[in-house]
Amino acid sequence: MKIAVCLKRVPDTATRVRIGGDGKSIDPADVQYIISPYDEFALEEALLIREKAGEGEVTVITVGPEAASKEVRTALGMGADAGVIIQAEVALDPRQIACALVGVLKDRGDDLILFGRQSVDSQGAQVAALVAREMSLPFVNDIISLEIDGAKVRVGRDTDGGREVIECPLPAILGCDKGLNDPRYPSLKGIMAARKKPVETVEAQPVEASLETIELSLPPARPEGKIVGEGPDAVSELVRLLREEAKVI
Amino acid sequence: MVFIESRSGEVKKASLEAMGRARQIADASGGRVDAVLIGSGVATLADSLADRGAHRLLVCDSPALEDATGDGIARELAAIVGQEQTDIVLLSSTSLGKEIAALSAGSLGTCVAADCVDVQIDGTDIIIERPVLAGKAHLTQRVLVRPAVITLRPNYGEPMKGAENAAVVSVDAVAGDGSNEPRRIETMESDDQKVDLTEAEIIISGGRGLKAPENFELIESLAATLGAAVGASRAVVDAGWRPHSEQVGQTGKTVSPKLYIAIGISGAIQHLAGMSTSRNIVAINKDPNAPIFSVATYGIVGDLFEIVPRLEEELRSIL
Repeated sequence: MKIAVCLKRVPDTATRVRIGGDGKSIDPADVQYIISPYDEFALEEALLIREKAGEGEVTVITVGPEAASKEVRTALGMGADAGVIIQAEVALDPRQIACALVGVLKDRGDDLILFGRQSVDSQGAQVAALVAREMSLPFVNDIISLEIDGAKVRVGRDTDGGREVIECPLPAILGCDKGLNDPRYPSLKGIMAARKKPVETVEAQPVEASLETIELSLPPARPEGKIVGEGPDAVSELVRLLREEAKVI
Repeated sequence: MVFIESRSGEVKKASLEAMGRARQIADASGGRVDAVLIGSGVATLADSLADRGAHRLLVCDSPALEDATGDGIARELAAIVGQEQTDIVLLSSTSLGKEIAALSAGSLGTCVAADCVDVQIDGTDIIIERPVLAGKAHLTQRVLVRPAVITLRPNYGEPMKGAENAAVVSVDAVAGDGSNEPRRIETMESDDQKVDLTEAEIIISGGRGLKAPENFELIESLAATLGAAVGASRAVVDAGWRPHSEQVGQTGKTVSPKLYIAIGISGAIQHLAGMSTSRNIVAINKDPNAPIFSVATYGIVGDLFEIVPRLEEELRSIL
């Protein structure tokens, strides 16, 4: 089975955000980058499928700056077979990212294309869906179980009232959620092996923007809060404040 | 145009909020609001939507959509949007809403302005505001394409009531044979009809301060008293105490309830990112220096095992 996993390089979730000089992006100084955590579930699932089948090929694909080769090497260290970096030094909007991915994906003939359910930076949960429509492939997001059954895949996901199981023909595009698996760490042996694995760098075809960033700013500061008191004796005052001041209960 | 989401035969409040917002936009810019119901058996919901701000109610009710997922619903929505030459499509930013928005945008050759907290019309410009990095930063964008597909974060709009009656128009489904579409083959409803975290008005969250998974009973009991949803910190989800669907934070759900009560949660930056857009935050923690107090509207320092039962008792006596 041939599987593509689409990864995004994002600021570590522990990052304290500062706004860059252009007022439209974050200041990259001192920012550590990681593979977007949900994408790790996608990669782990691809590796599990390959291991279970005893054959297959897992390629990781990312759209990003040259520096994203670090995240691609991490993915190869976890066990992916090959990497593709679609170079983009400027920030792209979701449609531009999707079109860049389609440029690489359309001729590959993957049986399965996996994404994380959303990136943890822009949190749009849409690039996978846009790719699916461009390629006329079925799409299911937020999956927490996956079972290949011949030319079909059965996936499960939480709904707000419970669970649902969905059957989907292959090839398909799936968005992976936490709970699907426990992503492995790259082993030392894996990291050594990753150095010899092929990584291809390609150019993205330019696509017109759909969204234009006017400003990126820090969120408005929260009004100063107050410590109501200590211990259970403070509860009455808290309840009064919630009722009379905040008017939420 | 507003896509209406329902659950267990009831229209979601978040969809009513989107309708209210759509009506404000239409009144300010001289437009018309169409609310759209798509699915199998959805026509029965039309009555409850009559006076919620739409001028027309488009109903696409077809048994062919019985086991459709977001994929099939989005195909219908994109077809209706195309037919009606809609300028703005609003959906609520729920899990299903996001999936349908993204797939519809894909069909329409555009993309989504996702998870917005504000939409403003400035002449012919559509300007949106949304939190990114789970609320660590705030993004203002201009939508350059039409139709503009926009998802609105729940709890950021006011439902309307008593508007004029919407005209009901039925729309034919375009559904094909569905052979290349995902189909739902099984649905399991949980007994307790849980409130979804992202849509909840009140969330009670617990963290490691609870010391053991069974002590979450305190959280659940308080949540039941307030009709609230239960949330959890990443630490207790990773420890297996709680399901990942309850995780609040940058790698979990980003929430904006009217009231967020954090109990035994110290407030790691990635947790704060996921909940700091809540209107009111109450923190209960034994460490007065815990970072959670820096975002709290009201804080109580002390032993949660003494404070929480008292809180529940006092709330019970007044609610």
